[in-house]
Amino acid sequence: MNPMPMPTETRRIATGAAGRDVALVAPRPHLGMPFQRDEDSPTAPDKEPRGIKMVIDSLTAGYGSHAVLRNVSLPVIERTVTAVIGPSGCGKSTLVRCLNRMHEIIPNACVSGRVLLDGRDIYGGHLDPIELRRRVGMVFQKPNPFPTMTVRDNVLAGWRLTGTRPPNADGVVEDALRRAALWDEVKDRLKAPGASLSGGQAQRLCIARALAVRPDVLLMDEPCSALDPIATARIEELIHELASSVTIVIVTHNMQQAARVSENTAFLYMGELIEFGATAGLFTRPSDPRTEDYITGRFG
Amino acid sequence: MIVNNVGLLPPISPRLRSRRIADRVFRWAVMASVLLVLLPLVAIMGTVIVRGAPALDWNFLTSLPKPVGETGGGVGHAILGTLFLALGGLLIAVPVGVPAGVFLASDRMPRLGGTVRLCADVLSGVPSIVVGMFAYTLLVLPFKQFSAMAGAFALAVIMLPTIARTTEEVVRLVPSTMTEAALALGAPRWRVMMQVVLPSAGKGVAAGVIAAFSRGAGETAPLMFTAFGSQFLTTSPMQPIAALPLVLFNYAVSPYDDWHAQAWAAALVLATLVLAGNVIAKVATTRRSR
Repeated sequence: MNPMPMPTETRRIATGAAGRDVALVAPRPHLGMPFQRDEDSPTAPDKEPRGIKMVIDSLTAGYGSHAVLRNVSLPVIERTVTAVIGPSGCGKSTLVRCLNRMHEIIPNACVSGRVLLDGRDIYGGHLDPIELRRRVGMVFQKPNPFPTMTVRDNVLAGWRLTGTRPPNADGVVEDALRRAALWDEVKDRLKAPGASLSGGQAQRLCIARALAVRPDVLLMDEPCSALDPIATARIEELIHELASSVTIVIVTHNMQQAARVSENTAFLYMGELIEFGATAGLFTRPSDPRTEDYITGRFG
Repeated sequence: MIVNNVGLLPPISPRLRSRRIADRVFRWAVMASVLLVLLPLVAIMGTVIVRGAPALDWNFLTSLPKPVGETGGGVGHAILGTLFLALGGLLIAVPVGVPAGVFLASDRMPRLGGTVRLCADVLSGVPSIVVGMFAYTLLVLPFKQFSAMAGAFALAVIMLPTIARTTEEVVRLVPSTMTEAALALGAPRWRVMMQVVLPSAGKGVAAGVIAAFSRGAGETAPLMFTAFGSQFLTTSPMQPIAALPLVLFNYAVSPYDDWHAQAWAAALVLATLVLAGNVIAKVATTRRSR
């Protein structure tokens, strides 16, 4: 067990394995062969060695002079679920919002440090936030389908809102809805308004909307906190299935959820990363007393 | 067990009695104020309907004025002229006002936004005759010609603050979660505005535009030395054009009984037009909060 959240060794491996040159020429595996990974060969992903998709390196973020996050460093392993847990106000949401540069849309926001996606620094100036957000999708706390658009148009929103047309719109819609486990429920009412779905369906529609542009990474900011237990169970099941094709970072205040869905967990407390490691280890043998206090319910 | 304790209450004291009287007085005073607020509108509409209805018929709405001395004739040219002027005003005010309102709602530049907001509020308080003079010096004097264009411009200046401020208000009502969802999909800000925010606020924006339309359609002063009025049916932007408020004014101050009756009928048409606009705008804005 590593007591330190981000050992320098890991960091070196991170930049070495997914360095800039490698990343630029590496093919994006599931472009153009959408079904291969999830349906034709469901066991294949597990046999592949998993690289490091994102590296968060000495990230400090906040508003004006107030730092919400302080010097956080951790890796995000490719095609796994990484959970971010911690009490309210510890900076969980800020952390994931830094990964697709949504943090900076708030006036007065500030960020320092590096966040590497496939070895490239997303704050380095050579990556447009628009391009970044297509590769790093996001699902929010409250389901937020566009009420003025139909179910179908909601799924295609990521294309239309960036002024692009998918090569095969019907195929993209069906594929995204199937991956979000919503196809069977809405296939007969694709023309219905996006606001007509139930809470759980609306959240899966938002997941489909994020998946439709084929992102490499999916950020989920407490995606189940507005849902009932049954809808929550469906989303968790879905996260499990998606993890074979997408890298997922999920923020949750529900520790059982983190334990159920994730392979790695980061525990944040008061803006600092207290502990990062394999979920099973972190929950059974936490190395920091604060982690232990939190997961045993002594605060937060 | 329930005890009827009415007998235990102390007798009504003089203080309590005076409070009850005060309460009753205030209640009646408030009721009276409410009625006094309603009274002018009811009285105006009542008078206009009673005096305007006799002269109102299809012929009045469609035909042109007859020469002095002949009876009959109508205000068809002025109804068209008013629509022409108000739509022309919108043509100028909407492309400026809606983006301005969107900008105000975005809070991207708080200092500039505050200044613009203040200017819009001051502009809506500028006496309309001053707006008319402004349009006169800007668009009538250089061309040495009264024109529909100058009238439409004057109305646009009057409509502009209404459009900008209502747009700002309804755009602010669109939840920020919508904007965030769109931005997180990689949408540039202008697309977020055009494809997500404005469609959600569409009804409210339309209501603001209709309210501005009826405000502009009812204005007289800015048209007196810009559009000027006309006895003929004109559609050229460079020609003087008739408008209902101008016809109303000219007929009302004329010495002919026949024209007086027509002025009342014109008042009825104008009031209906403006009132309908306001009602449509109100209904549209209250419906959208559903």
